[in-house]
Amino acid sequence: MKWLHNIWHLYRDGFRNMTLGRTLWAIILVKLFIIFVVLKLFFFPNYIKEHAREGHEADFVATQLK
Amino acid sequence: MNQLLNIDMAMVDWARAQFALTAIYHWLFVPLTLGLAVVMGIMETLYYRTGKEFWKQTAKFWQRLFGINFAMGVATGIILEFEFGTNWSNYSYLVGDIFGAPLAVEGIVAFFMESTFVAVMFFGWNKVSKGFHLASTWLTGLGATISAWWILVANSWMQYPVGQSFNPETVRNEMTSFADVALSPVAVDKFVHTVLSAWVLGAVFVVGVSSWYLLKKRHTEFATKSLRLGAIFGLISSALLMLSGHHSAYTVAQTQPMKLAAMEALYKGGTDQPLTIIAGINPFQQPDYEQADEPPLKLAVPYALSFLATNDMNGYVPGIRDILDGYTKADGTVEPSLEEKIERGQQAITALQEYRKAKADGASDSIVNCELSIINSNMPYFGYGYVQERSQVVPYIPVCFYAFRVMVGGGCLFVLLFIIMLWKPKAWAQWLSLLCIPVAYIVSEAGWLVAEFGRQPWTIQDMLPTWVGVSELGSSAVMTTFLLFLVLFTALLAVEISIMCRAIKAGPNPAEMKNEK
Repeated sequence: MKWLHNIWHLYRDGFRNMTLGRTLWAIILVKLFIIFVVLKLFFFPNYIKEHAREGHEADFVATQLK
Repeated sequence: MNQLLNIDMAMVDWARAQFALTAIYHWLFVPLTLGLAVVMGIMETLYYRTGKEFWKQTAKFWQRLFGINFAMGVATGIILEFEFGTNWSNYSYLVGDIFGAPLAVEGIVAFFMESTFVAVMFFGWNKVSKGFHLASTWLTGLGATISAWWILVANSWMQYPVGQSFNPETVRNEMTSFADVALSPVAVDKFVHTVLSAWVLGAVFVVGVSSWYLLKKRHTEFATKSLRLGAIFGLISSALLMLSGHHSAYTVAQTQPMKLAAMEALYKGGTDQPLTIIAGINPFQQPDYEQADEPPLKLAVPYALSFLATNDMNGYVPGIRDILDGYTKADGTVEPSLEEKIERGQQAITALQEYRKAKADGASDSIVNCELSIINSNMPYFGYGYVQERSQVVPYIPVCFYAFRVMVGGGCLFVLLFIIMLWKPKAWAQWLSLLCIPVAYIVSEAGWLVAEFGRQPWTIQDMLPTWVGVSELGSSAVMTTFLLFLVLFTALLAVEISIMCRAIKAGPNPAEMKNEK
């Protein structure tokens, strides 16, 4: 179990002693929030899921390919 | 084809512009990650072998810049995948089974490999052994490079769709050989060429930043050694890049001859073809390739294009008109004319509808199999069935032509720069090195412009043109997200440049650097 303890300390001390890393992590988290919450939910719906009946996606795309 | 006539062409252009914008911004972060990964690996290896504190601090400094770039770039590529599902839904549905596989592998490898070893690299100094730390640094770079491999496999498959077959039942292209997809000649060439170009960009960055310290007369020993190492690394990478560039051109000539013809503004091909150095092409207008034999004011190297495209000084290279009219290849096979391809494509499209109707109506096996046979024999030209004019299958020549020259010219400039910086790194050359940092990004993006403009109008070569792959959305929705991305990405880039400049100004830890001697 010592190795688990060492890994825990590696991460704990690493995060505690960050300087520039704190700013970078803040930017990463804001970016991930914008990408996965704002953009994905409000701007990028799954077009086929919204327009085709469930289980009939192939029919929908075949119609698009006419 | 009534459905497709309803597609708003402005929507196609906005969807393309949005994808291009996202990919261009994403690519601002990637090459520096790949290039600095090798540089910091070499520096830490020097620390491991010599035990000198100097190399440890040098490696730590470049790792810090790597970390800033890595943090800024992480997840910017995910937006491209959102765009597939929304703007390019037909494309996503048709080829998602194939295209999604390398992207999924990339996600898993990137997550586990990079996130594990990045943590050891940044947090593990004085906590893990020197050897384990060194291995983590190299594995961080290797993880990033493997990620690039899978993304480039996905991109290459769009340019050279192999290892798949079309299933009319599901209306999907299904993978028949993962090895064919992952190891196609286009994927191998693209990976080698792209990664080497990223190494050159990383080397230009190291040489440029080091030159800034020398101009400011700060950290001179650190800067001199970093500069020399960067220039040697850049020179070796450039030499390999030239070799891979020649091989890439050969592969493009075999798989996407129209792209090569557009890059060269080669309207009418033939044997003994010269390579154009420069010509007078209007950047804002598609040239008259149907009437003119060659662009005006053409300055060329005799036989060089034939050698580049066929490995034979006298080899035959088809021009745009030859490709449109049909031609005989070196191996004796005949490439059909555009008219024939259109006809065969239309047969495949009609047969697909008939096949599905026959299946739904419970028609006899012989009717179903007949339609299936028509689909299979004409599927390689499926996309041509949606083409109505010759001009639709010719990429925009000015962008391909000039972007190719920016890429090659920039590469030659960097070779010269690395030689000068190794030979006589005077103040003017140091300024030049600094100016070359933004130039390296322009050159790197130009490479992608050649690759992506050159394959137009195909989202998947010969199988799916952009106006069929796109969703039937209103252009205003895509325009809104385009502008949103422009603001977001520009802000992100501004933050990166600001943080990067601050870290460079702060420099390596001066107190620890003193211990070097």
